[in-house]
Amino acid sequence: MKRRRSLLIISGNNPRELQDAPVFEPDGVIIDLDKRVDPQEKDSARNLVKEALGFLDYSNVEVLVVVNPADTEDGKKDIELIARAKPGAFIIPKASPTILKEVGEVLTKIEKEEGFSEGEIDIIPVVRRAIEIERVNELIGVSSRVTGIWFDGDGLMEEFGTERSKIGDELLYPRGRIAIACRAAGINAIDTIFTDGDDLEGLNKDALNAKRFGYTGKLAIDGRQVDTLNEIFD
Amino acid sequence: MKIKQTAEAGALVSNDVLVTVTPNEEGGVQVQLETKNVISKQFGNQLQQVVKDKVAEMGVEDVVVKVQDKGALNYTIRARVQTALERALV
Repeated sequence: MKRRRSLLIISGNNPRELQDAPVFEPDGVIIDLDKRVDPQEKDSARNLVKEALGFLDYSNVEVLVVVNPADTEDGKKDIELIARAKPGAFIIPKASPTILKEVGEVLTKIEKEEGFSEGEIDIIPVVRRAIEIERVNELIGVSSRVTGIWFDGDGLMEEFGTERSKIGDELLYPRGRIAIACRAAGINAIDTIFTDGDDLEGLNKDALNAKRFGYTGKLAIDGRQVDTLNEIFD
Repeated sequence: MKIKQTAEAGALVSNDVLVTVTPNEEGGVQVQLETKNVISKQFGNQLQQVVKDKVAEMGVEDVVVKVQDKGALNYTIRARVQTALERALV
């Protein structure tokens, strides 16, 4: 299983964040082309990330790229362009078994064209909506490329038209269900974001709790969160 | 290939660059660089070359490229020039 204790998420359209992220030494840098990029800047971010991966030194971190939903024009362009820079994994929002299968086929084609080993680029579905939680085992079973699941608790609350509490009781069931599914499949279970970047004590508690659920790592939204996560999920 | 309209990409924020491309009626590729004096003196020629290389790579002719630099590294300049040209070619 890949070491994915701390995954620092940044915007794909922000040069400063792209340059600074590896300095915090997370296990992975998640470059977001989806929610952290304005709709009119999707093309610009895609080109920036492609150039960044060929220029900046990410040799000490895994690069994971959140693409736009893979059944949209932007999502397809994201994968087509960025796969050629060989990221460690693509993170796929709004995933279904059909979509994941199609993404896998596109990746196989690109890996052949570029001379990469087949199956080298991983897929991590985002599990955000109730339908994805219900189908988590199907998503995991689609391909051996699926080496992790990212649970997005905020996304689920958005679907319910509400917000997360700091304690997070409302997430007990989905959080547990996803962790068990991942553990049984031997893949990474990546926990939802702790949104208060200034509350390191709260992060500590939340991450310890996630570890008890069976998670192998967690997203960081601030470089200062990385050390705590590396220590807890070690 | 020639662009038919003006387009821009990037932003005037730290570590980024705002690139504006317009058709050059006089012909040729012209780069107008706006950056800090100290950077212009030391790296002006190199930055111009980065822009010209990207324009040539995309096969675009007869364009004025205005580069308002806020401390961008080469990869950012390349990406923003590409995006501006792609937007101008649509």
